[in-house]
Amino acid sequence: METIAWNTVTTYRNLERARLPFCPGCSHALVLDHLNAALVKLQLDPRKTVIVTDIGCVGMSDQFFDVNAFHGLHGRAITYASGIKLANPDLNVIVLIGDGGIGIGGAHLLNAARRNIGVTVLVFNNLNFGMTGGEHSVTTPHGGKTSTTRAGNLERPLDVCATVAVNGAAFVFRGTAFDKDLPDRIAEAIQTPGFALLDIWELCTAYYVPNNLFSRGALLETMQNLGLPAGILQKTDTLELAHTYRAQCASQVGEPTTPPDPIAVKFASALTQPTRIILAGAAGGKVKSTASALAIGAMMSELWATQRDDYPVSVMSGYSVSEVILSRAEIFYTGIEKPDFLAVLTPEGLSQVPRPLRAMDETQTVYVVPELAELIETRARKVVLNLARAPANKKSLAVMAAAAMVRHANLYPLAAFREAISAGQRADIAQENLQAVDASLLIV
Amino acid sequence: MREFMDGAEAIVRGAFAAGCNFFAGYPITPATPILLRMLRELPKVNGVGIQGEDEIASIGMCIGAAMTGAKVLTATSGPGMSLYSENIGLAIMGEVPLVIVDVMRQGPATGGATTAAQGDIQFLRWITSGGFPMIVLCPSSLADCFKLTQVAFNLAERFRAPVILATDKEMVGAQQSVDTDTFEKIEIVNRTLAPADAEFVPYQIKKLADTPAFAPIGGPHLTRFTTSMHDERGLLTKKPSNVNKTSRHLAQKLEAHLAELEFAQLDAQPGAQTLIVAYGVTARAMIEAARNARAAGKRVSTLVVQALFPVPEKILCAALTGVARVIVPELNLGQYRLDVERLALALDVRPEVLGVNRVDGELIAPAEIEELIK
Repeated sequence: METIAWNTVTTYRNLERARLPFCPGCSHALVLDHLNAALVKLQLDPRKTVIVTDIGCVGMSDQFFDVNAFHGLHGRAITYASGIKLANPDLNVIVLIGDGGIGIGGAHLLNAARRNIGVTVLVFNNLNFGMTGGEHSVTTPHGGKTSTTRAGNLERPLDVCATVAVNGAAFVFRGTAFDKDLPDRIAEAIQTPGFALLDIWELCTAYYVPNNLFSRGALLETMQNLGLPAGILQKTDTLELAHTYRAQCASQVGEPTTPPDPIAVKFASALTQPTRIILAGAAGGKVKSTASALAIGAMMSELWATQRDDYPVSVMSGYSVSEVILSRAEIFYTGIEKPDFLAVLTPEGLSQVPRPLRAMDETQTVYVVPELAELIETRARKVVLNLARAPANKKSLAVMAAAAMVRHANLYPLAAFREAISAGQRADIAQENLQAVDASLLIV
Repeated sequence: MREFMDGAEAIVRGAFAAGCNFFAGYPITPATPILLRMLRELPKVNGVGIQGEDEIASIGMCIGAAMTGAKVLTATSGPGMSLYSENIGLAIMGEVPLVIVDVMRQGPATGGATTAAQGDIQFLRWITSGGFPMIVLCPSSLADCFKLTQVAFNLAERFRAPVILATDKEMVGAQQSVDTDTFEKIEIVNRTLAPADAEFVPYQIKKLADTPAFAPIGGPHLTRFTTSMHDERGLLTKKPSNVNKTSRHLAQKLEAHLAELEFAQLDAQPGAQTLIVAYGVTARAMIEAARNARAAGKRVSTLVVQALFPVPEKILCAALTGVARVIVPELNLGQYRLDVERLALALDVRPEVLGVNRVDGELIAPAEIEELIK
């Protein structure tokens, strides 16, 4: 790209669109002049600068500047600005938003300040909704008369500056559109690496001014009455998010993404028919991890496998049911209506399997812990896991039951199941589970 | 090479194969596995992955990033799609390349977070205010997850439009052994960039059906994106001729290129009087049902719909012609059947259209489809 000497820029305003569409006396025009003066002062490269506008009268503003422009949804300007900055940290990202946008997009304001993302937010705060008919906003002063608070506003106005300041904003300023130093303050905000906000109080000559006999002098008076200080309210040099993210990730750049994780065939299975297995237990009972080992052991034995887990929205409580299908051919449908093997390990698990229990017949097998054996009504063969012979392995019930199935049904070599456990689980847990595989010989 | 993986992994691999370098999302069951893996992997391609404060912020960040030239992905479930809706409208209006994965769960509202469903289908078609066409793809296998994610990125870039990959808890969460050598890496399409040395007008097109050239924020041109009705310069307009042009362009840029948007797999059996039409997880039950029926000597054809919207009418009408019966199994109360019935009504000989529908959280079993095959 050729280098253009931008340091000759005398205005960032678009001269074909010099005439602004705002009402006579509206402060928006004044603030846009101050913004232009700040840009001229900084001599920013227009191509590296973007104005992101929100909705409302201020939302038209990007059209009057010769920099990049993004005009987005109401209240969401800060989200687009954050995405732009994260994707290209070298850009100067300036958000123009009204007090309406601050209200509807409050969560984004808080979080942008908290993240210290390097965008500059100019709040065109004219204390009411100017475009839609003078309704009250989150910054309308207490007692303020608007089209939705005709008898006077009962709500307390939001202290925009204190809100972002307490949440970590790097630069915070409050003033009015009439402040002579506003271009300098805007320039200072843009130069701040982190999150910067200027709360600029304005006159809305269409609504707030006539409805409240408001004036320029009343702006400062209202601030004072509300106890809201003016001037630079916070200035810190905390680290900016888009740059710190890049720095944190730098050492990983170039590593391969999602490298393949192939499962080598080392064993052979004599299985001829698709075999459907359900492990029904409780959360924290190793149901899912055992089902995975069962499936991966099968894959090591040249079978195809699927695994489907079901659990309630809670994580560490309630039932945990895993369904595993093993087959010599690719499996399309992953559900199980009638399992060949069902392990019932806990009352929570039992509560989830009445249908399979009803569907099973004499050719199929239910493995069940002694205390639930009497509760199970099924035509299937019932095998009670004799836990008294291996009391130490009780928390590895799922592993023992799965190992018993592998052996009994001759699904594939037990060595493959063992290897799947060793390969896929943390060493100490694998050790415990391999002991459970041994113990399965005793309990069935 | 056989691997054991879930659909989330295949989608993430597809996204990286397509050149994805930005992801923002908010945790939601059952889409969270995609968020976790994208945030883990993106630093490796010098990309950015971030968790937003909510779904609105997440898609907003994606849209902002896309306009700097990034290839962006986000993933959510039904409740998140509701929150994405307004910004999807922005992506249509502003012509933002954007890929969204909807991992469907049972609705409405919070519904059943860990329950498989296909109830979002018509919602995804009509997700924007104003009424404009949407591209909605739907994978039915891990290989499809990998491939259609790349297709989604290509279409998003080609048409500068949001593209939804509609999948479900079952497809994304169930693990399967898969021969990853069958994963098809397709040729990657990138958005057409405006030449650096010519005058640039942000939304300029020669024909209504064209897609405007793109200039990234931060690139050689000054550019302008807007959610509002605009002229070719990206300036607000109410002038009827401008409004008409932009509105018709946003529809025609897709509708004039339907051939590029039709994706379906027909497995036709000569002489079959029954056709089954399915998508996503129910297509997997359909394949087994057809296999069993054929083994029992019955004749049946199947159609796996991979692009739900725009409805692949050419492929569907050809498949519907000459059959007596169409079975549409769905994990909803018959949403796609509406479109199948609409097409069936226009045929000289109208087939009977039957639904197999479940909304109890259980999958449709092959046997439930099989019993309708005559």
